[in-house]
Amino acid sequence: MSSPSSSPSGRTASHPGEAPSAAPLLDVSGLTISFPAGRERVSVVQDVDLQVRPGETVAVVGESGSGKSVTALAVTRLLDYAGGRIDAGRAVFQLRDATSLDLARAPQERMRQLRGPEIAMVFQEPMTSLNPVLRIGDQIAEAVMLHQGLGGAAARQEARRMLERVRIPEAARQLDRYPFQLSGGMRQRVMIAIALSCRPRLLIADEPTTALDVTVQAQVLRLMHALQEELGMSLLFITHDMGVVAEIADRVVVMRSGRVVERGGVGEIFARPREDYTRRLLAAVPVLGSLAGQALPRPFPENGDEPPAQDTVEPAGPPVLEVERLVTRFEVKRGLLGRSGGRIHAVEHVSFAVRPGETLGLVGESGCGKSTTGRSILRLDRPEAGAIRLGGTDVSSLTPATEKLLRRAVQYVFQDPFASLDPRLTVGFSIAEPIRTHALLAGRAVEARVEELLEQVGLGGSYSRRYPHELSGGQRQRVCVARALASEPRLIIADEAVAALDVSIRSQVVNLLMALQRRLGVAYLFISHDMAVVERVAHRVAVMYLGQIVEIGPRDAVLGRPQHAYTQRLIAAVPIPDPARRGHARALDDSEVPSPMRRHDDPPAVAPLVRVGPDHYVARHKIGGLF
Amino acid sequence: MSELAATKPATADRAIRSPLGEFWRRLRTKRVALAAGVVLLAIVLVCVFAPWLAPYNPTTPDYQAILAGPSATHWFGTDAYGRDILSRVIWGGRISLWVGFVSVTLGGAVGVALGLLSGYLGGWTDSVIMRLADVLLAFPGILLAIGIVAVLGPGVTNVIYAVAVFSVPVFARLVRGSTLALKQSVYVQASRSIGVRPVALVLRHILPGTLPGVIVYMSLRVGTAILTAAALSFIGLGAQPPSPEWGAMLADGRSYLGVDDQLTLFPGIAIFVTVLALNLLGDGLRDALDQRLR
Repeated sequence: MSSPSSSPSGRTASHPGEAPSAAPLLDVSGLTISFPAGRERVSVVQDVDLQVRPGETVAVVGESGSGKSVTALAVTRLLDYAGGRIDAGRAVFQLRDATSLDLARAPQERMRQLRGPEIAMVFQEPMTSLNPVLRIGDQIAEAVMLHQGLGGAAARQEARRMLERVRIPEAARQLDRYPFQLSGGMRQRVMIAIALSCRPRLLIADEPTTALDVTVQAQVLRLMHALQEELGMSLLFITHDMGVVAEIADRVVVMRSGRVVERGGVGEIFARPREDYTRRLLAAVPVLGSLAGQALPRPFPENGDEPPAQDTVEPAGPPVLEVERLVTRFEVKRGLLGRSGGRIHAVEHVSFAVRPGETLGLVGESGCGKSTTGRSILRLDRPEAGAIRLGGTDVSSLTPATEKLLRRAVQYVFQDPFASLDPRLTVGFSIAEPIRTHALLAGRAVEARVEELLEQVGLGGSYSRRYPHELSGGQRQRVCVARALASEPRLIIADEAVAALDVSIRSQVVNLLMALQRRLGVAYLFISHDMAVVERVAHRVAVMYLGQIVEIGPRDAVLGRPQHAYTQRLIAAVPIPDPARRGHARALDDSEVPSPMRRHDDPPAVAPLVRVGPDHYVARHKIGGLF
Repeated sequence: MSELAATKPATADRAIRSPLGEFWRRLRTKRVALAAGVVLLAIVLVCVFAPWLAPYNPTTPDYQAILAGPSATHWFGTDAYGRDILSRVIWGGRISLWVGFVSVTLGGAVGVALGLLSGYLGGWTDSVIMRLADVLLAFPGILLAIGIVAVLGPGVTNVIYAVAVFSVPVFARLVRGSTLALKQSVYVQASRSIGVRPVALVLRHILPGTLPGVIVYMSLRVGTAILTAAALSFIGLGAQPPSPEWGAMLADGRSYLGVDDQLTLFPGIAIFVTVLALNLLGDGLRDALDQRLR
């Protein structure tokens, strides 16, 4: 077996801005990691230093490809199974028995014993980290039996206690459920329960809340914070989200391209960032409330200039799009005979209008029906009832003429820029497709137009002969925007169009969309779960909950003076990238969002919205039993 | 993809990496598949140039040299009628390869069309096509082929039809599966939201997406087709004497096993090498085509 090295590295010492308190629990120094690439190796992490002291939370933050996750994998040595290799450096860990061990060199068998009782992990995707065919009680009990040596019945008792500890309601009953029967937030709590069942001294959490909705994210973050104080463990928290960092971290390590750019206390990093990169990263983070009191949206500041207000709405004239009492439901088939077991009420009597040059932000959590609303307008999903009018023309029933009008006047930008372009066709061909389909131009003129569109989205005409796989995510999303503009639409439905992009790219694409609106007067239906981005782009905001709009009105009114309980809860849950305004004290409940699936004989209550201010309407009837 | 700089002009200068170029780049690293491809190419060339390469006429008997072993004059020896086995193997390859490629191309084309229809349209079209495919798949391939040849009558052309028919359902199944997946893909939905008509949608976006699987399967399937054709000829339903088909040659040599092994050995090797090369090439194509163009 291994002989634990007796002394920690000599470089324990303090980097500027760190409190010189207790000896670090984990002391990483000079860590360098490489992965194989063909016959060579690519170095992905270089010379990273990192300390975690007992009981403290260290956040490692960076954009995709910064090496933050790989660093965590190296500490747990799960890196070995991912094909990576530690080329240099040490990761000295203080064991429970007061000896220390260099994790970078320990044999795998020794590491296996450490994973669990000393170091535990929580990953991003709670569905794939749980075994889908085992009951969650058995999965927790397995960890308990393995690491605490308890027998079957005692382990189950302990599993129940752990579920209660992570605030899962009716823990005893939940033990017998399978992962697919739980919501994302509940699954992540189960993961945390498993991780904590071994009473680790260091918990490594890799983007544990990224896949979760904001209200659930707020619940999980608060839970992790509370448990950390209860158990006195250290937390190494990996995230790309500056808002989450501000909520939870004591100290912050900023990484970029495999190197540490800056480190320091959380207050210091946010208040006085020393490095240019950190400053730009922070500037790109949308802050909810930064446009409070302003009537018009405003793009993200670029190069220090204050951007112009987005005064593009034409109040006169007919709306570009009118949606009236739109209903889309999905039948859920059950059993062998395909009998209907119920209906998912994805969109339930939704009405709104978008004026020329206006951006309507449609916000809500996953499953609230905001995407289905957008897809129903374009008939990617089939609505059951309701009227859709484009500039006064009814396109509710698709005849060849109305379909042509609809497909030209309304364009869609999808969330995933990686999937929404045909990988076998050049970028230019994809952009030309709407032009050719609607026979807007012919011959050489098509190519000229494609180049003009590429210039408009800031890419340059030479990109037209590229293939999607040669472009980055941000570039691909620009291509998608160019394609959406190609048929000169009056409305673009942007369905989570910036959600998959890194923060800095996100602000650029948002600014691009807003610049195009100023130049071309196009209207947007901006579907997003990100309230802070919506505050930047939207003139008006509609909040959806369980398939219904619960509140709609001018942006400043809805976000600044929310009238509906759900809107208030949603806004309260948004993490604010300012450690001084930490939200642990804020009132949040642990309740689950009910399912939009209902029995046939149990339709949801629907009622007209009530006017509470100029152009500001709120639902006053009970929706989903909660509000 | 971490990029804080507004735009990266770097991509504009780099060479364009087309999907086809990427495929060649990957295939070049697959040595076994490349070797198999070279062997296959050689076999095809030899068959194409048979009239010039074969030292003797494959059907002219020479009663002075019956059942001769391999020698300088007859490299592979001669058969019971004194016909040169090397020449017969070379000419026989024409028949075998022709049957293999044509039947699979025919069956593949019909199968791909049916699979696209079935997967894209769904509903009762899908049910009808897939139930028919199930019926065909329920027969063992060789039995089905025998049945078809029994109805149409023996002969090389009918063997082609028979092998084509039993290739149809596998291709239909394969293409239907990838069509269903591609139909739901975001980029197909994106094209639909633009207003692209269904026919263009299928031909431009869905069909090219199914082709990698089809190409791989075709290369593997040609081997199976050659084996089936040989088997049909072996039992006397395929190529008729005196035409030198590999399976028929095996059947002829059957009575001389253990006495004059050259009669069965060389056509056997020919079948073995051809089918093996096709399978190895197919494996390499699968690896090279299975690219994440993301």
